[in-house]
Amino acid sequence: MNTISAAAIGDFESRYPMVFNPPAWKRLMPLMIGGGVVLYILYCWWFFSIGTVLAGGQWQRAELYARDWVSYAIRTTIRMTPAGTTVSYPRFSELGDNPNPDWVIRNGNDVTVLFGSAKSLDINGERVIATRNGESLTIMIEDDGVKPQGALPKWAMLKEDQVTVDFGFAGQADIIPERVVVSRRFLGWANFVFDTSSPFWNKSFSEVASLIVSGERIKPEMSNAALAFNNIWYNSSWQHGDVWTKLMQTIVMAFMGTLLASAVAFPLAFVAARNIMPNVFANQITKRFFDFLRSVDMLIWALFFTRAFGPGPLAGIAAIFFTDTGTLGKVYSETLENIDDRQREGVKSVGASPMNVQRYGVVPQVLPVFASQALYFWESNTRSATIIGAVGAGGIGLKLWEAMRTNTNWHNVAYMVVLILAVIFVFDTISNALRSRLMGKQQH
Amino acid sequence: MSRAISTNLSPDGIQIERHWQELAGRRRAYSWLISICLLVAVAGSLWFANESNAGKFFDRLPHFFDFAGDLIPRDGREVWRALFDLPSPYFDGSLKYDYPEGRVYLFAGLYFPEYFYKMLETLNIAILSTLIGFIFGFLLCFLAARNLVKNRLVRWVVRRYMEILRAFPEIVIAGFFAAILSLGPIPAMFAVAIHTIGALGKLFFEVVENADMRADEGLRAVGANWFERVGFGIVPQVMPNFMSYALLRLEINVRASTIIGAVGGGGIGEELRLSIGRGHQAKTLAIVLLLLVTVIAVDQFSAWLRRRLVGNQAFAFGGKQS
Repeated sequence: MNTISAAAIGDFESRYPMVFNPPAWKRLMPLMIGGGVVLYILYCWWFFSIGTVLAGGQWQRAELYARDWVSYAIRTTIRMTPAGTTVSYPRFSELGDNPNPDWVIRNGNDVTVLFGSAKSLDINGERVIATRNGESLTIMIEDDGVKPQGALPKWAMLKEDQVTVDFGFAGQADIIPERVVVSRRFLGWANFVFDTSSPFWNKSFSEVASLIVSGERIKPEMSNAALAFNNIWYNSSWQHGDVWTKLMQTIVMAFMGTLLASAVAFPLAFVAARNIMPNVFANQITKRFFDFLRSVDMLIWALFFTRAFGPGPLAGIAAIFFTDTGTLGKVYSETLENIDDRQREGVKSVGASPMNVQRYGVVPQVLPVFASQALYFWESNTRSATIIGAVGAGGIGLKLWEAMRTNTNWHNVAYMVVLILAVIFVFDTISNALRSRLMGKQQH
Repeated sequence: MSRAISTNLSPDGIQIERHWQELAGRRRAYSWLISICLLVAVAGSLWFANESNAGKFFDRLPHFFDFAGDLIPRDGREVWRALFDLPSPYFDGSLKYDYPEGRVYLFAGLYFPEYFYKMLETLNIAILSTLIGFIFGFLLCFLAARNLVKNRLVRWVVRRYMEILRAFPEIVIAGFFAAILSLGPIPAMFAVAIHTIGALGKLFFEVVENADMRADEGLRAVGANWFERVGFGIVPQVMPNFMSYALLRLEINVRASTIIGAVGGGGIGEELRLSIGRGHQAKTLAIVLLLLVTVIAVDQFSAWLRRRLVGNQAFAFGGKQS
């Protein structure tokens, strides 16, 4: 192994003093930055009282809400009366008007609720037996309350006068004197296509298809295909029609906003560019105008235009249009200031008019860059259009926000998120493909 | 559309001429096709937007400058009173002129004007979430870079993960955390931070992939492990670019946290929405001015710092990343 001599080390050290013996401030710099960051985080911790808020958060809800994204629960109440046991469902149950699910087995006064394999609840007039993976718990129902027999397993909980039995994801049951409230959870989105009021509800795909193709008219005034479409579009729990209209609004807002912005920014950028418009006054005015449009937040524009046009996509289009005219104008004029002058000189030297110098000397160079930047903004505006929608500027944002605020419609939130992600993904792909064609591979 | 081909050309010339005309014709046809498609899309979009809007465009056009009316206070000095929480001579017990109500007292007699405090809140959301995004984006980006991680699966997982963080609508993250933590600045911060991790992570790993690998080779030659190679070979050369992107992100996050604030995240955004909704002109104007000054200040500061860090390269292409 080669080693370097002490003399060589000394030589290196004297040649690169900054590397081997940096000044104190340089050595302490990382420490100071790190210390500053830590101090700032501590300050924010205090400023927002993050500790208190995080500790006060209802974290157990996070799991419940997350579960609601991809599953649904069906509630049923089993009442034990002297006359016999009855099973009832809420009025607008996911199971329709006359539910008879196969996970509730009735046998005279005996009701068994199945929670998947090896988990069940057996109910009759005076006792409930809960079984979970071999363990079982008998709960006697007496006049003065429910009495679990023997030691409580981990999955059961006694609280005042009720016993809660937890079957994990499959659901849970509250055993209260006189009744058992069961919540049975299933993976998936309930009644996603047809709601329970539709004649097509609970039919298999082939049944629906044959009804549409060759069945007799269910409603005399419209064909079955139209009826099916109508039922899907106005599905009361998923509101496909409304969601898709709002999604379309978001897309339109981003598209029109960006298109109008680039159409207006394009000519103005020529005025703002120093090398194209020799008039400094005009340059400065246009540039400050761009700065103004850009610096007034998109939120401010959105709120103002919601006042002007009323809630809806026009406000969103106007907000994106105003903000992005500023941003695109700035970017465009900077691009123009960096162009290659030789093409313009060439066109000028053959006696072209000023208009033609721009048309043939400048536009061909910058057009791909301009288009690519507009596409980039289109893509990013598709995201921001979602959020300005929430303040009333149209689109899916408000619907999303309202669905979240109810705290019960997380499945609708999941549906809209999936749609938004799909739209963003599709537009990203389109815009990337177009951009790489415009700019050549190396740029993007 | 094809012009007659001049007869005094050689056979080769005729062929070239014909070929050129064919190409030009095809090009023209494409241009027309694209223009027509675009026109149809624009007309359809405008019609659709107009139909689904609460007010119709031409009915509401005369009200276009109504917002200017929202900005004209009763007298000019009201703006300063609203901005600095000074008592108003028009105070009649209503919310409209209750400027001193919002004072945030630091000590007896020394207070922080309400809107400055709210602006500080919004700025803190932006800075803290940029910081969190920077830290996690920094940690993740090396795992996504082709030149540092040879394992395709790791790269694929990390990249998709960052993509999901980036594409997931901020408002949903904010809403989800608001349901757990109740409304306030912290859900907003989570939302902006999570988006920032994805956005910065992507920009960062692209920088890392373009890094000069000779330093890394040198370190590898002397037997450095992966962490030493990243720490001494890559980080020093990518750090200025990382900082520049983080500053750019800070500009975006200031705006994002204002908007998230307006939908319940607190801070200046919420004040603005309430004030516009209630028609408090002086307050609205005060907030708009404050926001304008802050946004310009942040942009200028970030531009200055970026220019110092990486030179004009930071301004070469695209002003906005999302």
